[in-house]
Amino acid sequence: MDWDAFTPISATVGGALLALATGLVLFLNGKIAGISGVIARSLRPRAGDTAWRVVFLLGMVAGGAVTFAVYEPAAAFAPSTGTAGMVVAGLFVGFGTRLGGGCTSGHGVCGIGRASTRGVAGTLIFMAVAIVTVYVRLHVVQG
Amino acid sequence: MKGLIGFVLAGFLAGVGLSVSGMTNPAKVTGFLDFAGNWDPTLLFVMGGAVAVFAVLNVLIHRRSAPYLCGTLPGVRGATGIDRRLVLGAALFGVGWGLAGVCPGPAVTDLALLRTDVLAFVGAMVGGMLLAQRGFGADAPPAPVEVDVA
Repeated sequence: MDWDAFTPISATVGGALLALATGLVLFLNGKIAGISGVIARSLRPRAGDTAWRVVFLLGMVAGGAVTFAVYEPAAAFAPSTGTAGMVVAGLFVGFGTRLGGGCTSGHGVCGIGRASTRGVAGTLIFMAVAIVTVYVRLHVVQG
Repeated sequence: MKGLIGFVLAGFLAGVGLSVSGMTNPAKVTGFLDFAGNWDPTLLFVMGGAVAVFAVLNVLIHRRSAPYLCGTLPGVRGATGIDRRLVLGAALFGVGWGLAGVCPGPAVTDLALLRTDVLAFVGAMVGGMLLAQRGFGADAPPAPVEVDVA
């Protein structure tokens, strides 16, 4: 265990804030605000269903900017791969989240929070595959 | 559209939450996924806190007959059907998440860092989403039910 890196309090607070955010969207317009879905559906505009997505995403960047400025530990960013690796990973993440209909927030937070078997199954699958991918990357290829 | 300020606030809360939680740092995510290395269980607490709070809010909000502004509530229980698209899509997402330690919410939030590698990730992610939507019919409205008249 990496006890130096372990930060359970800020993690729980951050997770709760993310849930407040998705809960607020559910309260306002009844949408399940998985972030990959918010992004993807802002790309195929429909009347009355686009503006909220765009301002939500802009709000996220603003929330990040303010937090990075006032809370120093949050601004840490240590990349796990180079820019080419980020492009490959981004393609997988974008394609996979749309084909599977969700990401860590849609399947993970909202899906499990609503007792959705799709959400639970999706989360178990992407977690397991990501764990294997990290194992191969760190202990087979680099090891 | 009325009420847009509420969605700005929701996005802002999401951005604050993700950055406070540590998920905007790829090393933190990789540390959680690396069971064979120096494991950092932090992300379990992000997920646990988020699921617990959202589960309560979901039940409370569904006591209303309709959302506050517009639309309809989706039902207190989430979808149940597991199909090939879900399995394959989640697996491909897992490959990307494991490669970079970045998923969609933290990627958007990390745009505030003005890093070219984050911008490259987000650009590629949008490309992957468009490919899934335009080339593979993801997010398409449900197909009309075919009636067998024979």
